[in-house]
Amino acid sequence: MKTFKGGIHPPEEKDLVKNNPIVDLPLSSVFYVLVQQHLGAPAKPIVKPGDEVKKGQPLSEPLGFVSAPVHAPTSGKVTAIAKRVHPVTGLLAPCIVIEADGKDEWVEGLPLNRDPFTMKKEELMGAIQSAGIVGMGGATFPTHVKLSPPKEKTIDTFIVNGAECEPYLSSDHRLMLEQPERVLNGMRIAMGILGLNKGILAIEANKPDVIKIMEEKAPPEIMVEPLKVKYPQGAEKQLINAITGREVPSGGLPMDVGAVVQNAGTCAAIWDACAHGIPLIERITSVTGRGIKHPKNIRVRVGTPIQEVIDFCGGLTEAAKIIYGGPMMGIAQFSDQISIMKGTSGVLVLTEKDTNISWYSGCISCGRCVEACPMCLIPSTLSKLGEKSMWEMALGNDLLDCVECGSCTYVCPANRPIVHFVKHLKALQRAANAKKKGA
Amino acid sequence: MKDLFVSSSPHIHSPEDTPWIMRQVIYALIPGALIGVYFFGIPAVTVIAVAVVSCVVVEALWQKLTGKDITIADGSAVLTGLLLAMNLPSGSPWWLVCLGSLIAIIVGKQVYGGLGNNPFNPALVARVFLLISFPVQMTTWPQPRSFFSQAADTVTGATPLGALKTAIFEHGTVTAAPHLNLMDPFLGNIGGSLGEISALALILGGIYLIVRKVISWHIPVCYIGSVAVMTGIFWFINPNMYADPAFHLISGGLMLGAFFMATDMVTTPITNKGKIVFAIGCGVITVIIRLWGGYPEGVSFAILIMNALVPLINKATKPGKFGAV
Repeated sequence: MKTFKGGIHPPEEKDLVKNNPIVDLPLSSVFYVLVQQHLGAPAKPIVKPGDEVKKGQPLSEPLGFVSAPVHAPTSGKVTAIAKRVHPVTGLLAPCIVIEADGKDEWVEGLPLNRDPFTMKKEELMGAIQSAGIVGMGGATFPTHVKLSPPKEKTIDTFIVNGAECEPYLSSDHRLMLEQPERVLNGMRIAMGILGLNKGILAIEANKPDVIKIMEEKAPPEIMVEPLKVKYPQGAEKQLINAITGREVPSGGLPMDVGAVVQNAGTCAAIWDACAHGIPLIERITSVTGRGIKHPKNIRVRVGTPIQEVIDFCGGLTEAAKIIYGGPMMGIAQFSDQISIMKGTSGVLVLTEKDTNISWYSGCISCGRCVEACPMCLIPSTLSKLGEKSMWEMALGNDLLDCVECGSCTYVCPANRPIVHFVKHLKALQRAANAKKKGA
Repeated sequence: MKDLFVSSSPHIHSPEDTPWIMRQVIYALIPGALIGVYFFGIPAVTVIAVAVVSCVVVEALWQKLTGKDITIADGSAVLTGLLLAMNLPSGSPWWLVCLGSLIAIIVGKQVYGGLGNNPFNPALVARVFLLISFPVQMTTWPQPRSFFSQAADTVTGATPLGALKTAIFEHGTVTAAPHLNLMDPFLGNIGGSLGEISALALILGGIYLIVRKVISWHIPVCYIGSVAVMTGIFWFINPNMYADPAFHLISGGLMLGAFFMATDMVTTPITNKGKIVFAIGCGVITVIIRLWGGYPEGVSFAILIMNALVPLINKATKPGKFGAV
């Protein structure tokens, strides 16, 4: 079975939630829609307090190509454009507050019913761009940008990432199992846009039910590729490497080796946008971990307050950490005054026993991080440089090649927060660059 | 809502931490230590106890005096003490053992900043220091006998490697050395350092470490393999001057060195390629000292010399990163 070099085998912990069918979260009475839910140029709100909005109506206007709008998750009234904690940056960020009217009425004309396979490429791209679709695995890069590589790059490989290698999470698992057509049809649309007549759906072998159903349903141009269970199998560069044997060059992008990768959830959103004109206003999220009473896979509107999600799942048992995303790359939250975003693949509540709260000691040069690193770096050196804030020297030790997957940190017997040090070094480097540009 | 913990990802961690690793190595040393106790009796128990206790006490005292966090709970001082004891003659007087602990912990480890920063294997630094400073005490080898037939008067004698060297010096040929049944060093029925006498017990411990993935196979296999190949070549050329490889493999400190001293993570290369280079270097130097050096045994020196080269090896064997352009 195909895989990549390095990596780790953390406990999967998916049994907590993987057998729970997707359930709809009841409509919230108030929604907090952050304006910036993508990676790239900002967007600006186009509604003001007091405005009546309908479900699916755009709330913001992207400023630039690498940007994405957000849409009203339900019908109601904009009560404020306030500052709320952004779960990714941890900073206060502009947020459109909508009081739901309970009618959940679509904006005029939606949903459409059209055949995307008769539509032109430009129409499809327009539908995806205006639907505000971003990478739903968590990276939130605008999807229309990924689907429009520059002319000089020849794309010959399209991979849909259904690896879901993060422990605990099962949102992609449930989506692919329960709604395989949405994923496969979205895939076919993306293949059409890229001008390819074949695509690969990559799934980790720990989801045999999904592999079976996809092999049954997939049209001949889509190949289902089971992958070895190993973290970070779903990391973009590792996934491309496992399937094609190619290595995305240092500092480069997947398109440099002719590949485009989209998450399975993103494909489902592409289908909704192209076939029905529905913008990205809801997603499937795993609410799991031993800190939550009744783990569930939920279909939830973007902007739903986290408190409602937690209450719907029976509340907390004991919460040491609340994480957006999985335990390997997810972001620990310091507040419960946050809402669901387009990239929230999971709301993970870890108990103190299940997480890692302890101090670190000196590196014992055991080399476990070197063995684990899927990018073939020397993480121990980066961690020592990070401890001393020596970012310039770290650049020479391939700082910028680190994908922050956390494999090194997971295995480090001295419990060194290597990813933390790497992020610290990268931040220092960014600050120095910004200063240089300013001066 | 109560306060949440916040930190960088990842939020989960392998249960295999530094104290776990130290514990595994200690467990793996137990068979070898028990064989030492069986053949050398109460004095061996005393040496082990004094070494372990004094190492822990010295580490705690030093850290207290220098105002550092006391880290004796990580198990590394216990392990250093045990390794030191296993590298000493079983009849070592208590003061020699304590001096060894002092050197191992302070000169071998703490002056560099403690665990993780020392370039040389602390137990070997102490052993070589004692060997050079107290050659008589350090080469007085009590002869093995069953634990149940220990007498007050200890008989001492040469180690097999020592007897070999004497035979070459005095008679010009290895065939003059007393014949050795290879089952004796395999099971431990020979003179030598407390913990090096039984190749079998040490190999079992080493296999345990490899199976539990505490160490990788690279260093022991390449170290032992290079000794076997090199001594084999010279034995093949001239069996009168050079002992056979089987003898070299299971006598002396090779097994203890290859499985437990040359695999010390702190003082060995970080990549598998580097570990192979390091281990072959250890093997070559060990054989050079054994065949042509003044000392009968070369494992300690070989590992220390290669320890010094680790930064260079690390530099030369840096892995090619993913997507290198």
